[in-house]
Amino acid sequence: MENFLQQVINGISLGSIYALIALGYTMVYGIIKLINFAHCDVYMLGAYIGYFCMTSLKLGFFPSMVIAMLVCTVIGVLIEKIAYKPLRNATRIAVLITAIGVSLFIEYGTMFFVKANVRAYPEMTGFLAKSFAVGGLKITAQQILIVISTIILMAMLQFIVKKTKVGKAMRAVSLDKDAAELMGINVNSTISFTFAIGSALAGAAGVLVGIYYNSIDPLMGVIPGLKAFVAAVFGGIGIIPGAMIGGYFIGTVEVFVSGYGNSLYKDAVVFAILILILIVKPAGLLGKNTKEKV
Amino acid sequence: MKKKLSMLLAVGLLVSGITACGVKSEGSQANANEIKIGINYELSGGVASYGQSSVDGIMLAIDEINAAGGIDGKKLVPVKYDNKSEPAEAVILANKLISQDKVLAILGPATSGSFKSEVSVAEKKKVPVISGSATADDVTVDKTGKKDYAFRICYTDSFQGTAMANFASQNLSAKKAVIVKDSSSDYAKGLAENFIKTFKDAGGTIVGEEAYVAKDKDFNAILTKIKDLDFDVIYLPGYYEEAGLIIKQARALGIDKPILGADGFDSPDLTSLAGAGALSKVYFTNHYSSLDKDPTVIKFIDDFKKKYNKEPNAFHALGYDLAKFLADGIKRSKSLDSEALKEALASTTDFTGVTGSFSIDENHNPVKAIVIVGLENGVQATAVRSGK
Repeated sequence: MENFLQQVINGISLGSIYALIALGYTMVYGIIKLINFAHCDVYMLGAYIGYFCMTSLKLGFFPSMVIAMLVCTVIGVLIEKIAYKPLRNATRIAVLITAIGVSLFIEYGTMFFVKANVRAYPEMTGFLAKSFAVGGLKITAQQILIVISTIILMAMLQFIVKKTKVGKAMRAVSLDKDAAELMGINVNSTISFTFAIGSALAGAAGVLVGIYYNSIDPLMGVIPGLKAFVAAVFGGIGIIPGAMIGGYFIGTVEVFVSGYGNSLYKDAVVFAILILILIVKPAGLLGKNTKEKV
Repeated sequence: MKKKLSMLLAVGLLVSGITACGVKSEGSQANANEIKIGINYELSGGVASYGQSSVDGIMLAIDEINAAGGIDGKKLVPVKYDNKSEPAEAVILANKLISQDKVLAILGPATSGSFKSEVSVAEKKKVPVISGSATADDVTVDKTGKKDYAFRICYTDSFQGTAMANFASQNLSAKKAVIVKDSSSDYAKGLAENFIKTFKDAGGTIVGEEAYVAKDKDFNAILTKIKDLDFDVIYLPGYYEEAGLIIKQARALGIDKPILGADGFDSPDLTSLAGAGALSKVYFTNHYSSLDKDPTVIKFIDDFKKKYNKEPNAFHALGYDLAKFLADGIKRSKSLDSEALKEALASTTDFTGVTGSFSIDENHNPVKAIVIVGLENGVQATAVRSGK
């Protein structure tokens, strides 16, 4: 039982990271029907920005995370303005290929500047270095930090999307772009805003992962990016609560396959689940089957 | 899909990188007073720390040799390339070094996988290649027979795994072991196999076996599973990139049993990834320890510190020995061609280096001793030498 609960804790910490990244995928898909492959690289850049804030500028954790989020916001908006906006009326495949190109550009561009080797985050001190024993369970302060930060960020996101004017605009654009434009909504700035929020979340995830695992490299986004994408599809791509559920589900499944089965099959199981979902419920867990209107 | 594309781009970048380098290295060809030596190492990528350290050691030795007048008046000229820790790139660079730069021999790569890929090129082109740290058993001899042009100056994995199993059962009185191995590398698989065999022969039992793949970052699930087992030691064959994280996460979960590893642990990055506090009761088999009081070792450490202003690790020492070993071979070689050099290297006897003295056996492996280093709070506290 103790072992089981410990594995649940492991699963939730891992799932929080997937959920944070998955939100970015899902929001962008929801609004312009684009799978933004560059998203996982914004996450990687977030980790590096946090790293430089902590080592070169000697900042603490919270200022570093805020700076990483702000810089990632700018990067996200720039990516949208430079790479995707000129293709607004192009075919979806053209935009998708562009997204892959941007992703590779960022990965190998970063590798050029920071070298391909692994870097270790500075060791945490004070509260973030602590770990707590509850019964026989071990919970580190970093795990608590990851879960709490994720929940706060998701709550903020939910608030923005459901209660604010710009959130309303986002929902309108995702329902029908042309109609939204006719209603006087500035579609371009709404799309930029979506990229900004998604990238800020990815930046936060990058810093959290850097602290938690203590190891960052220019290709660190590739695998978590794919898993987060699976999480987004699992929950129903384009649906924000779906991405959260998907993230936690994938994280927990991975941990339980490693913990009670064979650790070698964990990735196979995750992708097998994706295939099953697509067969049984193509729109994802929370997705609605909508008929294509002619 | 995406992975494939990233591979494609990597190859593309590589090709453009090579053409860019090619321009530089031309011009200094076929000088009678120079001997060109190829250096094909992991200067970036996952195991960059091994490659960079080896090359630092090689350069120290080459500088020493050239400062003393070279070999029979001929200076050693290194031609250095970065294989980015990828076997495919190691092959491309080996071809380039042989065909374009016309080197006499190639040093490196540091890891077994990349070196094995290079050996196939060397066999075809008949140019000797020597590695300082490719420890996999089948590097110099495999199912198809002996590799005539492949040499190494480090012991093999079977020796390494066996030595650690003996250390665990004799020095640590361990009866039960758990294996956590990197299932994506030949190196780790070979080590685990030999450790298990020797450990069982000594009366021990393996109570659990877990695996991970390179680039994994979260090991909490398998470590939580291990935590509930009854065991004395964890054997963790793998590279520092993951081993550092595993040790950190294991200690954070409260696993305080000894963790045993191999020469893949020897990197300053292990300390930064795991944190010095987590690195206690950690033992690994190694080629050399800075605690050694041998005069050759002391001189090497002094010279190294003068040049690079840091403590040398085993890869520095192996790199240094590697260049000296090659120079020794060139000196004894009847003529300056690959055939004669191969014969000279194969007949090396009682070469004295920083990592011990050794002779080359019929399979092109050195016969040498092993060191088991013990870490306490991230620093080397003990070093036990065990026989040839």
